[in-house]
Amino acid sequence: MGDKKVTIEVNGQEIETQAGRMLIEIADEVGIPVPRFCYHKKLSVAANCRMCLVEMQAMREGMENPVVPACATPIGDGMKFYTKSPKAIAAQKGVMEFLLINHPLDCPICDQGGECELQDIAIGYGEGYSQYTEAKRVVKNKDLGPLIATDMTRCIHCTRCVRFGEEIAGTRELGMIGRGEHTEITTYLEHSISSEMSANVIDLCPVGALTSKPFRYSARSWELNNVDAIAAHDCVGSNIIVQTLHNKVKRVLPRENEALNEVWLSDRDRFSYLSQTHTERLETPMIKKGGEWQCCDWNTALTTLVAELDILVKDKKNTIGALLSPSSTLEEGYLLQKIVRGMGQHNIDFRIRQQDFSQQTLDPLYPHLGVNIDDISTLDAVMLIGSNIHKDQPIIGHRLRQAVLKNDTKVMAVSHRQYSFHFPVTENIIVHPQRIALQLAGIAKALLTLNNASAPTGLKEVIDDMLITDIQQKMAEKLQAAKRGHLILGNMIYGLEDYAQIRMLASLIASLSECNIGYLTEGANAAGLAIAGCLPHRKEVGKENNQDVGLHAQEMLSKTLDAYILLGIEPELDTLNPQQAINTLTASSMVVVMNAFVTDTMKQYANILLPISTPLETSGTFVNTNGMWQSFTGAVSPYKEARPAWKVLRVLGNLFELDDFDYRSSEEVKESIASKYTAEKFDNRIIWQEHLFENRINNVNNEPIRISDVPGYAIDAMVRRADALQDSLDMQIADKVLMNEKLAQVLQCHADNIVEVEQLEGSGKFIVAIDESIPDDCIYIPSAVAATTNLAAPFSTVSIKE
Amino acid sequence: MSTQSTDLSEGKSDVLSEQTYAEIDQWLKKYPPEQKKSAVMAALRIAQDENKGYLTTDIISAIAKYLAIPAIEVQEVATFYSMYEHNPVGKHKICVCTNISCMLNGSEHILDYIYERLGIKPGETTKDGKFTLKEVECLGACVGAPMLQVGKEYHEYLTPEKVDALLSRLD
Repeated sequence: MGDKKVTIEVNGQEIETQAGRMLIEIADEVGIPVPRFCYHKKLSVAANCRMCLVEMQAMREGMENPVVPACATPIGDGMKFYTKSPKAIAAQKGVMEFLLINHPLDCPICDQGGECELQDIAIGYGEGYSQYTEAKRVVKNKDLGPLIATDMTRCIHCTRCVRFGEEIAGTRELGMIGRGEHTEITTYLEHSISSEMSANVIDLCPVGALTSKPFRYSARSWELNNVDAIAAHDCVGSNIIVQTLHNKVKRVLPRENEALNEVWLSDRDRFSYLSQTHTERLETPMIKKGGEWQCCDWNTALTTLVAELDILVKDKKNTIGALLSPSSTLEEGYLLQKIVRGMGQHNIDFRIRQQDFSQQTLDPLYPHLGVNIDDISTLDAVMLIGSNIHKDQPIIGHRLRQAVLKNDTKVMAVSHRQYSFHFPVTENIIVHPQRIALQLAGIAKALLTLNNASAPTGLKEVIDDMLITDIQQKMAEKLQAAKRGHLILGNMIYGLEDYAQIRMLASLIASLSECNIGYLTEGANAAGLAIAGCLPHRKEVGKENNQDVGLHAQEMLSKTLDAYILLGIEPELDTLNPQQAINTLTASSMVVVMNAFVTDTMKQYANILLPISTPLETSGTFVNTNGMWQSFTGAVSPYKEARPAWKVLRVLGNLFELDDFDYRSSEEVKESIASKYTAEKFDNRIIWQEHLFENRINNVNNEPIRISDVPGYAIDAMVRRADALQDSLDMQIADKVLMNEKLAQVLQCHADNIVEVEQLEGSGKFIVAIDESIPDDCIYIPSAVAATTNLAAPFSTVSIKE
Repeated sequence: MSTQSTDLSEGKSDVLSEQTYAEIDQWLKKYPPEQKKSAVMAALRIAQDENKGYLTTDIISAIAKYLAIPAIEVQEVATFYSMYEHNPVGKHKICVCTNISCMLNGSEHILDYIYERLGIKPGETTKDGKFTLKEVECLGACVGAPMLQVGKEYHEYLTPEKVDALLSRLD
């Protein structure tokens, strides 16, 4: 094994390669076709379909040449194989005939038709007739949830879907029950699949047994146009193929990229396209006149907008603020900040779910994971701080799981809620969110002791009396022992009121243990927007504007400005404090909403509505968490009167008569940033800030507080309108309030009862569920779901009434 | 919440008796602690014996929980081996092999003859709860085909007369 070189011969062709690899891998590499169904390069070898049988030269004189499965035959020096000999072909044809015995051959009504491995191989190896005259078996279809359609009679039991669950998704949900002719692929007691990567089994299924439910019967694969694009829902930037027909998006498939998503795609990235034709799509520009909404043309809308804003801008005292989605493109962000800054203001922000901005000047140029996604498997210890990694960034969760399986990576977690990770967590600290900083301080103290170092100024007083718990000690030791350790700040952490302290302590832990530290962020383009200058304290490519720092997201949403421009966000769902956001915006005299969708809530606070494209309808660039710039073109033309946001902003720039707004394409916009940008290698660790701990670390009061996070299918406007995703198991949490038994008794709440949750002046109705993974004194209520639009910010007190 | 399918919480449930758990523990001792699933076949057999010869989904879930493996994995094993039952069975379980060697030697006639005698088809139980008939895959006794198994005994070179004799011996 290993690097030992051997020479083998396939069909008379000599090939030099490493010993121990499977014949089929080598055949694939040199382009010798071998038919197969169960073999897949990303899955373990099952060797159960037998389609890849090839003839092998007998090892001993006088022995007959055996036929062997190419997928399960490790090669050794001097081995000779024949993939097209009469014996090999007879074996392959024989297997094909058996596989087709029970297959219904219903290709004309099968969605897989035209892209079916069984169909393709049957053309090469099947006969035009069948010797089989007996009855074929029929298998009942299974209900696997809203994403995967089943036609189980077509199944040939390759078990790719079963192995996918076990090896890649990490949730063993599908299985093969029965035996022989009674074999069936199913779930236990037939339930919906919960994996966030479940729909990959559709791609893996070599026949039409598992197909896409939303796509079903809507097009034929050969009619579809393929457009390469980038997924718009997490900071990975998975590569996708968007398939369209008659200017409609029909399907989204993964596009192989070994550095990022390999051959996989999260369900969210695959099915978010379903929102494209949602009834809430905004069709035309609209203006509110005397409290009435009127549709209008673009010209009217934009000239009205410019006229209104121009009046405001003339008076220098007026303030204008812009808030944008962290999934806006680089180009959109760049042009929007250019407009805001052209008006002499710096109030722009995409960090709309962040609470603590006190140390924003210490932020890196852009939030970087600190390790390349394809290097995650080389880490040997990882500490997740406030991350639900599988649901927030499914591909990174998958990579981390592979690291655990293959590299025995030790994963530790510090969070306010216990997430069900698909890998073992060696140490788990689940605490009240206001105690997270204390826990990290404990780990830092353990590391200081291990290193015989003294505490940095400001921290000594905080940790002097602190006792190091066993679990903190173990975490410190694991990080200290790691050659390549890594700390990851997850999506939840930005919403905490002591984010700056937490990050400082995490950075200290990283420095003491010689580990690295990185950020995972909401949205597809937090990195790109930071580079584009969508920050109140930094212009494009990180140029500081220390003299004239603008208002950050929370400031903009807590005191009413004279005008707002909102790009791609629904503040009632996408901001930390929906209640406050709506009140603030409603009080403003001018709110310009640029969005692909429109809701009644939006119509309450908006004055002008501009319909813009979804990421599938515009060209643009996303910068992922590794700093990879990935540009894409629109797959379909914009819906009705909608226009790409970069074009709208470009026209606005012209109407405001701002300098340098003559871009003819999004590439030119990108180029004007790229020309100023020099990629730099940076360290996410930050310099110790002694004053940060003057006020000590938070003290917890014992009133129950609301903890929260954003469910995976609630993260942005598109995903929230993809009906199939909303029907999935993960969204059952959308109307729940979770607490542990202890708190439920104190509050006299009973499981399944409906309660009214009140926060300041707003309230919402939720169903009680008892969940022992919720820490004491904490009430979990999700964010970004319809039921919470009247509530205030999480991580503060709430009251509950039956 | 939504993890009922992948819930790997370990522990006991009241579906199985302490006695059963104690017996399963005997088997768990034979395997490394991180390889608890090795005991799945023994656990299913013990639980089936306790439950009058058949398994239920509650039992399968309980075993999955105790061995900390996904329930579907237990169900795969429980449905693969024909010795595990999923419905109530009679006092005597007659397992007739119909695999290739037995088939070539007339196992179909044996099944037909049993139907004539007892009025039950494969998968059925006589009304008095005495006999259950099963069609099973190869039991590794091709040399004596056609054959059947009752309890722990094999009966080979079957003829209608031999079946008669066997049925009259069983009570």
